[in-house]
Amino acid sequence: MGAAKSNLVELRDLKVAFDGVQVLHGIDLTVGRGEALGLVGESGCGKSVTWLAALGLLPGKAGVSGSVRLEGRELCGSPRSTLESVRGGRIAMIFQDPSSSLNPVLRIGRQITEALALHRGLRGDAARTEALRLMDMVGIPDARSRFDLYAHEFSGGQCQRLMIAMALAGEPDLLIADEPTTALDATIQAQILDLLIQLRAETGMATVFISHDLGAVSQVCERVCVMYAGRIVEQGTVEQLFAAPRHPYTRGLFDAIPRIDGPRQPLVPIPGTVPNPKHLPAGCAFSPRCSRVLQSCHTELPPLVPQGDGRLLACARPVPLALVIHAAKPRTPARIVESALQ
Amino acid sequence: MISFVLTRLLRAIITILAVVTFAFVVLRMSGDPAQVMLGPDVPQDVIDAFRKAWGLDQPVWVQYLAYLKSIFTGDFGVSMRDKASALDLVLERVPATLQLTIPALILKLVIGIPAGIYAALHRQSFADRGVILLAILGFTIPSFVMGLILVLVFSIILGVLPSGGQDTWVHGILPTITMSIGGIGILARFSRSAMIEVMGQPFIRTASAKGLKWRDVVWSHALPNAAVPIVTIVGFMVGSLIAGAVVVESIFSWPGIGRLLIVSVSNRDLAVVQCILLVIAATMVVSNLIVDLLYGWLDPRLRSRAAH
Amino acid sequence: MTPLIQATNLARIYQVRRGLFAQPKPVRAVDGVSLAVMPGETLGIVGESGSGKSTLGRMLLGIDQLQAGEVRFEGRAMPELRTAEWRALRAKMQLVYQDPLAALDRRLTIASQLAEPLEIHRIIPKDQRPARVAELMVAVGLRQDQAGRFPHELSGGQRQRAVIARALASRPKLLVCDEPVSALDVSIQAQVVNMLRQLQEQNGIAMVFISHDLKVVRNIADRVAVMYLGRIVEEASSDVIFRSPRHPYTQALVSSVPVPGKLLEGRVILQGEPPNPANRPAGCAFHPRCSIARDICRSTAPVLRQIENRRTAACHIVADGAVPVAA
Repeated sequence: MGAAKSNLVELRDLKVAFDGVQVLHGIDLTVGRGEALGLVGESGCGKSVTWLAALGLLPGKAGVSGSVRLEGRELCGSPRSTLESVRGGRIAMIFQDPSSSLNPVLRIGRQITEALALHRGLRGDAARTEALRLMDMVGIPDARSRFDLYAHEFSGGQCQRLMIAMALAGEPDLLIADEPTTALDATIQAQILDLLIQLRAETGMATVFISHDLGAVSQVCERVCVMYAGRIVEQGTVEQLFAAPRHPYTRGLFDAIPRIDGPRQPLVPIPGTVPNPKHLPAGCAFSPRCSRVLQSCHTELPPLVPQGDGRLLACARPVPLALVIHAAKPRTPARIVESALQ
Repeated sequence: MISFVLTRLLRAIITILAVVTFAFVVLRMSGDPAQVMLGPDVPQDVIDAFRKAWGLDQPVWVQYLAYLKSIFTGDFGVSMRDKASALDLVLERVPATLQLTIPALILKLVIGIPAGIYAALHRQSFADRGVILLAILGFTIPSFVMGLILVLVFSIILGVLPSGGQDTWVHGILPTITMSIGGIGILARFSRSAMIEVMGQPFIRTASAKGLKWRDVVWSHALPNAAVPIVTIVGFMVGSLIAGAVVVESIFSWPGIGRLLIVSVSNRDLAVVQCILLVIAATMVVSNLIVDLLYGWLDPRLRSRAAH
Repeated sequence: MTPLIQATNLARIYQVRRGLFAQPKPVRAVDGVSLAVMPGETLGIVGESGSGKSTLGRMLLGIDQLQAGEVRFEGRAMPELRTAEWRALRAKMQLVYQDPLAALDRRLTIASQLAEPLEIHRIIPKDQRPARVAELMVAVGLRQDQAGRFPHELSGGQRQRAVIARALASRPKLLVCDEPVSALDVSIQAQVVNMLRQLQEQNGIAMVFISHDLKVVRNIADRVAVMYLGRIVEEASSDVIFRSPRHPYTQALVSSVPVPGKLLEGRVILQGEPPNPANRPAGCAFHPRCSIARDICRSTAPVLRQIENRRTAACHIVADGAVPVAA
């Protein structure tokens, strides 16, 4: 990682366990100032847990260890007041289900001004004016007359806009968007992605975009981490990963996405299912589903190591670069090509 | 909003009517007041005269219609025993009952709700387990057992509190405590589970992610949401302010409505029993109405559904 | 060739009455929809929430009552709801919906769930049932050792396979799938989609595949109908409609699908949100969000017209000069 640009947030060996079952197995991750980082993986891979743990938002029974540093200041294990001052002010977070993420019995305006009072000391008319400006900024039409409405009087897309307005209230350095578009309709999804991109350009805040949707991630992010079973398996720039995914799991994710263009072909699924964290396979957790598995994969856990092109990769037998076909071109299933060569 | 209130009001009237009808029919079917009032060795012509005097010789449906008619004109009948107005007899006893039930309600609220919320916020802690255990004990032990235990301990063994009567406020202590223990348990359990459910909602995580202090998350974000289910239970308790004292009043010989009800039932004093049931039904219906209106105030989603 | 199922002018209007004394208000969930599915064909229905696509699916099966219009199955009118005939017909048409855990009985093993329709419809003799159950499990890719499992012991993908197996038990001719893979992870989604396609090819089952996910629909459907606010706005073959959408709404929908490696720039991003079906805009329901709307769009609702060979659209502007489709 380049030392020239100072890192905003650094996670080192972050581990999380629920009731003794480890779900996060040591995450190392940095977010630079103003950077847009994507976290991709299927349900249960730990992509959301990573950031909930970093902000201390997991329930009390979760065991969190490791280090979370914000501009060098340690957050993990720090007192509640330290975390409270970081949340919303330095690092804001929005969630998957916008309608239930807003308090149903409090007026929208009050939920936004509350954040303004907390982080910017604004009260009364000043807070109201600023809240209206934020609502305008995130594209709530006719904000003035809707200031005193409740969450159920807004659509899902508008609730997510309100969540974003609330997140912006503290002028954070980092916005963590946890599957912000998953629950929304396609055309609304596009609106929210567009809004996130535009806001980052305007405010310069860094963004962590958590999603299972590789397409959405590629639109918003510059760098992508792919996670599987509580570990990062591949990390690189969007261009690197999308042009040439090297980890068989990353590759499998790309192949499994149905395409909207090009000829229609049978989909290429990844066989099997995501492992239960209670009974994680020995060695590489992906080995039982992997098409490139070696004998050693069942016993040895491959470390996440830097590659020549700057990406990080945790695989004993990655997809060779030469065999990778550009993802944007009409696709020939790579596995067929591969088996023909072997 | 007007249609909402009208709908509720209509429902309330139907409920009261149902209770009145039910009480009327059951009372007539469960024994002859003439026999009970006059005793076993009375000649038949005396019984006939009694029946005729009170209209008991008429067919039941004629009696029922006459009864409904008099209720609507504000006449609740006359006690067969005292020949006094049934309503006056009942109202006379209301203050005594409220002297027990209102302090008991306050105890339930100020102990039950905070205990439940505390337990919810400190789940799996020693305090939480203690609250659960005491709550279960509280509402599983019947009030007559609880009353007798308290009398045994405080009146007989320790001799610090009187076991019956209504002479001073000290006499009210044991019955009030007996009456409140079950309710405290129920409220604690309910508040605990309501609070646990709310604390698991996504909007609580949002409030924390916003940077709010823990205390503010609980007070201004969680409590207003937990209030809806808690209010439901409190509504039931308010509704039983009059009816809830039957057993306890008997144990501590407290001259309230409950005692009057038991005496009147065993005497088949029809007008008085019917009048008491009507008063009980009315308090329940009114408290339900208040709860419904409170819902709308507490939860804007219900308000807008009702307003449209 | 007669269509397997043909729906003409279906309408479903909810009377939403809020409060005892309030004036009831009609909500047109499905408003004059006609469609036909040939044996062995897959018709995809796409649209956003509130478009009426799920209601339409339930109307095809007769689960939701028709307020107007007619459904014919194998050329015959649908029998009355909950009659013996209707039940017999229901064996030939099955529903698979999004949440497999809700569709399965939590207290029954997978094998008993699959045997249940065989008993209800008395399809095969009792002694052959275990063999048929085993066959069904193989067909949907469940392992034999999973026969004795309960629904909660299976993963989401496996549960959906079990639901599909149960739907297949009565050898249906039509499957109506309502968002069958939307709750599944991408890698598992691909497994289930492939399996559905394979089953369909092997058994010649026709399918109505309802989804908000255009990528999945494109992959599985032969023909696609796009719905907006209770009406079909465009219908064409799957390849054609995604390659060259003509209705402005279809264009926006196709354009809004995030494609890996493709940036947002140049994509059509619609303004506003779909209107509430209770407050349907006058004229073309899409006009408030449409970038090419003219005066006529604000006043007159466009009818579905044939605009090309095997393509219909309901739009004044793209259909200029086209002939209306006979209902």
